[in-house]
Order: sequence, then structure tokens, then C-alpha cells
Amino acid sequence: MSLVRGAAGAAAGQRVDFDRSRARTDATLWLLQRASAFVLAVCVVVHLATIFYAVRSGLTAAAIVARIHASIAWPAFYAVFVVAAAVHAPIGLRAIAAEWMGFQGRRADLAAVVVGVALLALGLRAIWGLAA
Amino acid sequence: MTAGTAQAGDPHRERRPETAQLASSSIDVDVWRGVADGRFVRYRVPREASQTVLDVVTWIQRNLDPTLAYRYACRVGMCGSCAMTVNGVARWTCRTHVDRVAAGARLELRPLSNLPVIRDLVCDMRGFFDKWAAARGRLVPTATRNDPMARVLPASRERRAADAAIECIGCGVCHASCDIVAWRPDYLGPAALNRAWTLVNDVRDGGNRARLAAVAGDAGCHACHSQASCTERCPKHLAPTASIAGLKRAVSRALLKGEL
Ligand code: HEM
Ligand code: SF4
Ligand code: SF4
Ligand code: FES
Repeated sequence: MSLVRGAAGAAAGQRVDFDRSRARTDATLWLLQRASAFVLAVCVVVHLATIFYAVRSGLTAAAIVARIHASIAWPAFYAVFVVAAAVHAPIGLRAIAAEWMGFQGRRADLAAVVVGVALLALGLRAIWGLAA
Repeated sequence: MTAGTAQAGDPHRERRPETAQLASSSIDVDVWRGVADGRFVRYRVPREASQTVLDVVTWIQRNLDPTLAYRYACRVGMCGSCAMTVNGVARWTCRTHVDRVAAGARLELRPLSNLPVIRDLVCDMRGFFDKWAAARGRLVPTATRNDPMARVLPASRERRAADAAIECIGCGVCHASCDIVAWRPDYLGPAALNRAWTLVNDVRDGGNRARLAAVAGDAGCHACHSQASCTERCPKHLAPTASIAGLKRAVSRALLKGEL
């Protein structure tokens, strides 16, 4: 973490310290949340449309599991879904933790990483259970 | 400042026939007295036509309790000093008519939220304006007095973006209305960020590299959830929410270009 000091601001007696690396991290997280939200929106639509189609054509749960088992595309699709959720949800929860529980800076980042890894592990394990 | 007085012989009386049509002849006003651990004191104030909330406060100070502390300067919506919490909502009081806000002939006046109270209706605005400085809300000139005047075309995209946000009077209404300011005391808030956005769009300014880094992040524009309480309440009908969204875009662009 580097503190940057602006000469012009210091001369005018402004509060000038800001943390450029913190700014970059937060801005990156924000962009990642938008990007992952976009992926999630597409995945949710594909997921719901497929379920709707499968149920209408009378497939049973066992038949669906068998089809997923036989394909590479569906596990890959759900892996993307899981990764997007594992990126998206912790960033949003991190904001809530900061506002309501006073989590700040690195502590909030760490909590978000823990939640993200947990989501990733649970999600990928579920897909592995279907695919393997 | 005699608009709120009910003294006999008031020269303005005759020119106000609508006074007779007021729903009631007086209004009960609960006013916050003291510091954070203060209390409400009730005053009864005569109603007048076209009476503003600031008129009511001034009447109390002049006729009932000269120790009442409050701020105002221009009385015409230019200086931004008269903002208070009126029946639970932050407003500029000099341009808020009692008719429009006093439900059931009652008024409750508190100092603005999200700022320390000095006394009665006066709060300490230093933290509010320190955030303007922290958001780099000051022009960083790129020209000297020997250079020709900058030409900024009124129809240019930058000029129009700055125009939409420039009329801020620094009243603090938006800052007092924002939940995020309450939850994250270090959040720069809508007014400071709105100011930064006008400078991001000022083609004469050379301070954007530092400014974008100063306004980025969880204490800056990324803390905003775009719920627009600030935009709803701003008496100048500005849209700090839109300015903050603009900052998020500008910061993202700088980040992707490796300039943040
Ligand atoms: C599937 C589970 C999901 C979870 C657990 C989740 C969780 C969250 C949380 C906690 C936030 C933070 C709210 C905030 O900062 O105000 C958030 C923000 C956001 N979510 Fe999701 N979300 C999910 C799905 C989605 C989907 C499918 C989309 C896309 C359509 C989406 C789009 C967004 C956007 C755009 C934000 C930013 C809002 C903001 O920062 O103000 N989310 N999400
Ligand atoms: S839009 Fe942003 S700045 Fe405005 S009140 Fe909501 S959170 Fe605060
Ligand atoms: S943006 Fe509007 S509400 Fe906020 S300080 Fe400026 S004039 Fe007041
Ligand atoms: S007294 Fe100046 S804006 Fe109200």
C-alpha cells in the first residue's frame, strides 16, 4: 500500500492522502462484479430456459443427470456459472459486511476470498458429482 | 426578515389577503435544542401566507428565544447555509414553504443528519467540506495568465456533463440524505463526488490522474448503490447519482488503460 501525496493539495492544506493500490483493488473488484453479473445473467437465462424445455418434454431428473453425465458441454457450462457466482457474490457480500459489520480494507478482502473459495469448492464439487 | 412576524402594523399585512384563508392561525414547532444529547422544545408560531420554514425559525429567535442557534445568509436559495431536517427530511429552509411540509399544523426541526451537531440547528460542516478537498474538488490549472482564454464549446459533451452538475450550492442536503454516508463515515458522499465529476469534465483541468484515484474505491464512488436519495432531495435538482455513475465509468476506463 503506497500513500500518495499531492504537492498542490498539500500546499493548499487539503487532506491529500489516498491509497492508489486500494483504489485499484476496489475499482477492479467493482468491474469484476459487473462482468460476473453479466455472465450470471446469461447463465441464469440459459439454465431456466433449459429446465423449462426439459420439463415440458417430460424428462425425469434421472434422465437429466444421465444426459449431463454424458456431455462435456453441460458440466463446462455449469463450471462457468459456478465461477461467475464465486466471483460475484463475495464482492457484493463484502460491501454489505463493510456497511453493516464495519469490515474494512484487507479484512473485508480476506472474508470475501474465504466466501469465494467456499462457493467455488461447493459448486465445483456438485458439478464433479454429476459429471464424473 | 419580518415575513414571519405577526406584529400589529406590519406594513406587509394589507398586501396579503390570503392570510385570512390559512387553515390555522398558528403552528406548533418542535425545535431541537442543545447538542447530540439535547431535546425538542415546542414553540407556537403565528402562521403567515407564503411563510417559509426559515421565517418560522427566525420568528422564534426574535420573539421567543434569542439563544436559538441556526444558520442562514442569502434567504434566496443561493448560499446553501440554511439546510435542516424538516419533519424528518433534509431541506433548504429558506425556500421551503410551511404549507408544503407542515402536516397537521406541526413542524419538527432538527439539524442535518450525518454531521456533528454544534448546537441547536447548527452542525459542523467541516467534515463535509474536507471531503470536497479529499475528492480533489479544486481546479488544477494547466494554463498561466499569459495563455489565451480556454475555449469550451457549450455544446461539447464535457461542457454539458459539467453543466448538469455545476449548480451545487454546498447545502449538504444530499450528504444528510445518504444512507451510505451514515454507514461508512469515510465515504466521500454525493456532494464531493458530484463536484469531482464537474472537474473530470473540465477541459482546463490537469488533475485527473490524482482525482480519479482519490475518488475510486470503497470510500469513494464505488460505495454508492445508486439508490438516489441524494438526487431525490437535492434542492437544485442536480443528480449526484448520475455524476457518481460517471465517475465509476471514468475510473474503470482509467483502470483498463493502466492509468489509475
Ligand atoms: C446468484 C446469486 C447472486 C448473489 C448471491 C448476488 C449477490 C449480490 C450482492 C450481495 C450484491 C451487492 C449489493 C450491493 O452492492 O448493493 C450484488 C450486486 C450486484 N448483483 Fe448480484 N447476486 C447474484 C446474482 C446476480 C445476477 C444473476 C445478476 C445479473 C443479472 C446480478 C447483478 C448484480 C449487480 C449488477 C450488482 C451491483 C449492484 C451494486 O453494487 O449496487 N447478481 N449481488
Ligand atoms: S445515489 Fe449514492 S450518493 Fe446518492 S444517496 Fe444513494 S448511495 Fe448516497
Ligand atoms: S448536490 Fe444538491 S443537495 Fe448536494 S450539496 Fe449540492 S445543492 Fe445541496
Ligand atoms: S439561506 Fe441561503 S440557501 Fe437558504
